[in-house]
Amino acid sequence: MSQREVTHTYRSYLTGFILALILTAIPFALVWTGAMAVGTTLVIIAIAAVVQMLVHMYFFLHLNLRTTPRENLLALAFAAVLIFIMVGGSLWIMFDLHHRMMG
Amino acid sequence: MTIADTPTTDHGTLELGGGKAFEEREFGFWLYLMTDAIIFALMFATYVVMSGNIAAGPDAKSLFDLQHTAGETFLLLLSSITFGFATLSSLENQNNRVIFWLVVTACLGAGFVAMEVSEFVGMINAGAGPGTSGFLSAFFTLVGTHGLHVTAGIVGILVMVGQIAVKGLTNPVRSRLYRLGLFWHFLDIVWIGIFSVVYLPGILS
Repeated sequence: MSQREVTHTYRSYLTGFILALILTAIPFALVWTGAMAVGTTLVIIAIAAVVQMLVHMYFFLHLNLRTTPRENLLALAFAAVLIFIMVGGSLWIMFDLHHRMMG
Repeated sequence: MTIADTPTTDHGTLELGGGKAFEEREFGFWLYLMTDAIIFALMFATYVVMSGNIAAGPDAKSLFDLQHTAGETFLLLLSSITFGFATLSSLENQNNRVIFWLVVTACLGAGFVAMEVSEFVGMINAGAGPGTSGFLSAFFTLVGTHGLHVTAGIVGILVMVGQIAVKGLTNPVRSRLYRLGLFWHFLDIVWIGIFSVVYLPGILS
């Protein structure tokens, strides 16, 4: 946990900030202008969000495969699996229910 | 300004955080953040399920303001990098600069909370309070919980400023600053989820 990583430089923080700014500006601009179809825009919003979260994790939380202790990554992976099962399962059940009740 | 230029402290710490003695606390805090991530994830799931249930009340499109959300997003993103500058200053043992950047971060965070509160008050006055519909219950729960976290983070930053001013950058203080930084950056990640799941699709619909 306490190992210092390569991302602890001003240059690295600024890189992360600029990447995050671009990844925020893209979805906001698309929604603002309405340049693309709603479905396409939603897909781009989702992709930009996932990429921006990874940018924050790497540049600001300093997570990486080299210096982050294994138990921290394991805890993160475990949380990700739990979130996938619980969120994915909840949405599956609720939308299936909705479909059967209303369909 | 890079790591290579960083002087070592009296304790010989070349490490982030408080060193070996604090690794367990830092891992414990990481576990707490993971549980917090699960709480937020389930509130997101609840919101997505409830977002269509407007009960003849106002819908997302009529309530959300893209410019307002963009402003909040920018303040929080900016506060993430100013906290990063505080962390870097702590690695360079520049106590006053750490305090300066922490105060800037707290101000940006306070600006964010103020914008959120004004948004909530405006919605409630317009008859779109949390009791109006399932959609608004889920909205206020999710966004309000994030806002409470940010408020707690601001209190943490102010306590941190006091500790650095009084005690200096001792190893326990470094460990607390490190954990507070994890918390602050984590909240910015949750906000990415909020504007991508709540605000942008809401305005788009």
